[in-house]
Amino acid sequence: MMMPPPAMPAAFQVEKPVPGPGMGDFSYVGIDAILEQMRRKAMKQGFELNIMVVGQSGLGKSTLMNTLFKSKVSRKSVQATSQEKIPKTIDIKSVSHDIEEKGVRMKLTVIDTPGFGDQINNENCWQPIMKFINAQYEQYLQEEININRKKRIPDSRVHCCIYFIPPTGHCLRPLDVEFMRRLSKVVNIVPVIAKADTLTLEERDFFKQKIREELRANGIDVYPQKEFDEDAEDRMINDKIREMIPFAVVGSDQEYQVNGRRLLGRKTKWGTIEVENIAHCEFAYLRDLLIRTHMENIKDITSSIHYEVYRVRRLNENNTAIAHEGEDTHWGD
Amino acid sequence: MTTSDIAQGPFQVYPQSVPQSVSVKKGTGQDKNARPLSLSGHVGFDSLPHQLVNKSTCQGFCFNILCIGETGIGKSTLMDTLFNTNFENFESSHFEPKVKLRAQTYDLQESNVRLKLTIVNTVGFGDQMNKQESYQHVVDYIDTQFESYLQEELKIKRSLHNYHDSRIHACLYFIAPSGHSLKSLDLVTMKKLDSKVNIIPVIAKADTISKSELHKFKIKIMSELVSNGVQIYQFPTDDETVSKINTAMNGILPFAVVGSSEEVKIGNKMVKARQYPWGVVQVENENHCDFVKLREMLICVNMEDLREQTHTRHYELYRRCKLEEMGFTDTNPESKPVSLQETYEAKRHEFLGDLQRREEEMRQMFVQRVKEKETELKEAERELQGKFEQLKRLHSEEKSKLDEKRRSLEDEINTFSKKKAATELLQGQSFNTNANLKKDKDRKKSPEMEAKDVNLTCDEATNQNHNCCFRNL
Repeated sequence: MMMPPPAMPAAFQVEKPVPGPGMGDFSYVGIDAILEQMRRKAMKQGFELNIMVVGQSGLGKSTLMNTLFKSKVSRKSVQATSQEKIPKTIDIKSVSHDIEEKGVRMKLTVIDTPGFGDQINNENCWQPIMKFINAQYEQYLQEEININRKKRIPDSRVHCCIYFIPPTGHCLRPLDVEFMRRLSKVVNIVPVIAKADTLTLEERDFFKQKIREELRANGIDVYPQKEFDEDAEDRMINDKIREMIPFAVVGSDQEYQVNGRRLLGRKTKWGTIEVENIAHCEFAYLRDLLIRTHMENIKDITSSIHYEVYRVRRLNENNTAIAHEGEDTHWGD
Repeated sequence: MTTSDIAQGPFQVYPQSVPQSVSVKKGTGQDKNARPLSLSGHVGFDSLPHQLVNKSTCQGFCFNILCIGETGIGKSTLMDTLFNTNFENFESSHFEPKVKLRAQTYDLQESNVRLKLTIVNTVGFGDQMNKQESYQHVVDYIDTQFESYLQEELKIKRSLHNYHDSRIHACLYFIAPSGHSLKSLDLVTMKKLDSKVNIIPVIAKADTISKSELHKFKIKIMSELVSNGVQIYQFPTDDETVSKINTAMNGILPFAVVGSSEEVKIGNKMVKARQYPWGVVQVENENHCDFVKLREMLICVNMEDLREQTHTRHYELYRRCKLEEMGFTDTNPESKPVSLQETYEAKRHEFLGDLQRREEEMRQMFVQRVKEKETELKEAERELQGKFEQLKRLHSEEKSKLDEKRRSLEDEINTFSKKKAATELLQGQSFNTNANLKKDKDRKKSPEMEAKDVNLTCDEATNQNHNCCFRNL
């Protein structure tokens, strides 16, 4: 939708921004009060977060979600399934929760993908997931181009996709590579090594290194993506994170008594694995990354980069569709 | 993200308070399919507002104020006082032919907050003899800012978060302190602007009005605004933290302000004030004027709300009107939702069809014109041909006439020369015969006759050549 840019009437003179003289003095204007105003507004509006978990069944996805958010957020807890049957095709199920902490309200949506990687022939298993993610972008786009828009467009776009890598200890499987390669272009992927308590520390380090190499070799950019680092500080912090991914996690929603404290953990005959102990597993790092420090950044990248890429492609597609009527356009090659 | 965020590992772990199960608020207007859940421990997403604020601080803020008021009413001085700086201003003349808007952008910083402030002044407002067009320039300016934002938003490749938002967030309307009521120019202008921008009316140069007059003046102004249906900006009262102060301030509108960039020593402090022989008007003294309240409301408490209202209310209204004007709707006549793309497609086809039709028309017209011209030319040619033929005919007629004449003349000449020849011959002959006759006559005749004859003939002969004489001899 090309409109000719309006001509600026000669009556408007806009002068270049002048670095104003420093404000100091002793009088206080109160500009920094805007931070407080923003905080208030954010608290009032609440936040939205949509996380997708992808991985073969039995890798502990639901447990990890429950551990992350310290409550029963996973699909299994919501739906009373009499038997857990592995579905014939990939299902995409999403469950939403309203949670609140210290006055901050959040609508958390966990999107589960049972059936992924469970069939005998797993070719194109990424397709339904790709379709779902694109459908969310499409829905947002349609809302955005309405004439009468809602005051706040409900955001159902997938902000983050946690991919569970089975702890083989060797290297990535073709399924993992294929999935991550395709999806890293449309969504933020955070790969984790599931059930990391089956690996010793040396095995874990070796595995991680192998994985990082393979990701690099295949040109897969997982979160935090190198190209979206904003400044030197960002890069420094993100480089440290990139050294550590994928996080080796263990999930648990059971509490045990350890050293007089009640901690989340897994109790085995040879010891109790403390989930939040960074000496045992890297769950705490994952939690901090996802929730405490980078959540806003993840949402930002989704809305200003991934969504914009989709939008450009979609709008251009319409233009070319006119030129080549009837041609088949392919999505996400 | 700052370096101070690196504590243990790459993250700063926010102080973990004792995990408490937090009460669950039944969603206020939340989704019906989202179930409220209680947390059994500290998750940590309460740092979200902090993250959000951090991000905004890095990006910087943007705020645009429009000041409308007559020349010399104190707009620039008030801006200086409000932001505690000396913006480079110069006095404007009173003789502007029409209202101009001058925008200046400044980068301000207070503690770690960077603000890109744009102040737009109306130059020459209320100075013209005929003020009918005054408000139009202001409305056009505001619309232009909306338009450029809309353009950016509708682009295919866009960068909204980098975009320098130039939409007017707040409009300070300066009312002259006449003490009686609003001027008609004020009412008309504010009525035109109230659906496009947040209007905050202020009474300028309030130190010329006494307290009691001021009170009456304010009431008069507010009642006039209400009776004329002017919607000025109301400070929001839905957030309980600020609702009390905002409601109180809503009742004090319009603010009576005094601006000053000069400082006067009061007691042992230097304060911004205006010095008169009868006293000192302190700008920041709440008993003297409402300047502090204005600053409080405009900047400290409601800046974010002003920006939000501009974006969600005024800009959306503009956008809706603009798109509807262009013919886009959300639902087609069968009230099925129509996407913007479909409408665009339809419009495009329509437009192309129109274009084609017009092209056809023009082509037809062209062909017709050519035909006409051709026939015209043919006519002219024919005419010319006719004339030529006629002339030719005339010419040939004349020629033949002349020929005839020539012929007749020639005939005459011929006849004449024949006659002449014949006459000469005859004369010659007749002379010879005469001469012969003479001879005969001479023999027969008497010598008298001869003499006569001879005399005659001699006379004749002498009249003629010597031939006869010689012949005779």
